[in-house]
Amino acid sequence: MKFSRMIKTIFMMDFVTGLLLAIKKIFKTKKTINYPFEKGKISARFRGEHALRRYPNGEERCIACKLCEAVCPAQAITIESEIRDDGSRKTTRYDIDMLKCIYCGLCEESCPVDAIVQGPNFEFATETREELYYNKQKLLENGDRWETALAENIKTDSPFR
Amino acid sequence: MIYFYSFITEIYKIIFLLLPILVSVALVVWLDRRVWAFVQKRRGPNVVGPFGILQTLADALKYIFKEIIIPASANKVIFILAPVVTLTLALIAWAVIPFSNDMVLADINVGILYIFAISSLSVYGIIMGGWASNSKYPFLGAIRSAAQMVSYEVSIGIIIINVLLCAGSLNLNQIVIAQKNVWFIFPLFPMFVIFFISALAETNRPPFDLPEAESELVAGYQTEYSGMMYAMFWLGEYANILLLCALGSILFLGGWLSPIDIYPFTIIPGVFWMIFKILGLFILFSLVKAIVPRYRFDQLMRLGWKIFLPLSLIWLVLTASFLFFLDMLPIKG
Repeated sequence: MKFSRMIKTIFMMDFVTGLLLAIKKIFKTKKTINYPFEKGKISARFRGEHALRRYPNGEERCIACKLCEAVCPAQAITIESEIRDDGSRKTTRYDIDMLKCIYCGLCEESCPVDAIVQGPNFEFATETREELYYNKQKLLENGDRWETALAENIKTDSPFR
Repeated sequence: MIYFYSFITEIYKIIFLLLPILVSVALVVWLDRRVWAFVQKRRGPNVVGPFGILQTLADALKYIFKEIIIPASANKVIFILAPVVTLTLALIAWAVIPFSNDMVLADINVGILYIFAISSLSVYGIIMGGWASNSKYPFLGAIRSAAQMVSYEVSIGIIIINVLLCAGSLNLNQIVIAQKNVWFIFPLFPMFVIFFISALAETNRPPFDLPEAESELVAGYQTEYSGMMYAMFWLGEYANILLLCALGSILFLGGWLSPIDIYPFTIIPGVFWMIFKILGLFILFSLVKAIVPRYRFDQLMRLGWKIFLPLSLIWLVLTASFLFFLDMLPIKG
C-alpha cells in the first residue's frame, strides 16, 4: 500500500470529503418539483387522456370513418355509426376502453379531421374499473373541458406533422 | 399508603420519560428522511403538517389500521413477542440517561453497565423475530445481525473502559461531571470515531445495514412482519439509535454540560444542551446514511475484529499508562 493511500485511510479522508460534499448539497436548490402543487412542463405532443373535439359551431368533428378503430393496435376503440337526416354520417357510439389503450397516439395520427386527440391530462385515475370504460359522452365532455389546451397543442405541433 | 404514593410518582415519572421519547422518535424518523432527501436534492416528506413534521404520525396511523399477518409456519408466541422485546429493551435503557443534573429516572451507580447489558440483550428481539418467522430471509438477516452486534459490542465495551478510566465512575452523571474541564472527545478523539462507527453497526444503520439489506434479503428479519408489529420494530430501532446518540454525547461530548462554562451559555438549562448534542449526533447518523455504500459482510467482520478491536485495545493501554505515569488517575488506589 502506498504511503499517501495509508494516510488517507487512517484519517478517513474519503469519508470526510464525502461528508463535506453532502453538507454542501443540503443547501442547494432541490431538483424535484412539489408535485401535486406544482407540475412539470408537458410537451405539446404529450399523449394523455383522450378527447373528442367539436367544431366552433358545436358540431362534432368525428365523421365515423373508423380509421382509428382500424388502426388501434390494442383494439380499444369501438365505433357504431348511422346516416343522419341531413345526410351526414355521425357516430352513435364511440367507446374507448382506457384499460386496453396503450397510449400510442395512432388514433390521433390517423384521424383526418382532428376529432379524436390525446390531451395533456394524465391525472384521470379512478376508484373502479368501470369508470375507465369511456363512452362518447365522456369523451365529448373531455373535449369541451380541454379544448383551449388541445387547440393550442395542435397549433404548436402542426409545423412538424 | 406511603408505598402507594411512591408507586404513583414512579409511574408518573416513567410516563413523563417515555412519552417524550416516543414523540421524539417519531420526529427523528421524519428528520432522518428529510436529511436524507436534502442530501440527494429531493424534498422529502413535506405535506402532512408544517414541513411534513406529522408524516410519521400518518405512517403510524396507517400501520395501526393494517392487518397483522402471521405466517402459517411461524412460531406464533415468539413471533409476536419479538417486536415487543425489541421495543421494550430499546425503551427501558433510557431509565439511566441523565438529561440534566437531576433529571434522571434511576440514578444508579452502575448506569453504564446497565445500558451495556440492555443493549446486548436487544439482539434477542431480532434473533427471535428472524427465527420465529421460519422463512429464509428473516433467518439470514437475524444471523447476520447477531454476528454483527456481538462483534461490535466488544469494541464498544473497550471504548467505554477508556472513558471510565478517565472519569473514574460508572455513574453516568459522574461521567458527565468529570468532563467539566475538557470533554473526552478531545483526548479520546480516535475512540470517539470508533465509537461512532461501532454505534452505526450496533444499530444496523447504513453502511452496516446488512441484516436488512434490501437488495439481498428483502427486509431481513422484518420480512414477515406487517402492521403494528413492523412499526414496533422500527420504533425500537430508532429508539436504539437515539439511545446510542445519547450515550455518545454523555461519554464524549459532555452530556448536559454547556460547551463553554461562561455566562450566556450557562443560563440555558442542561436539558437543551443534551438534546442539541443528541440531535447533532443523529444528523451525523443520517448524513452517513446518505453518503456511504453498504459494506460486504466479510469486510464488516474484518473491520470489527481486525481493526477496531486491536486499535481500541492499544488506545486503552495508552490511556491507562498515560494516566498512571502522569499521576492523573481520577481515583487513586
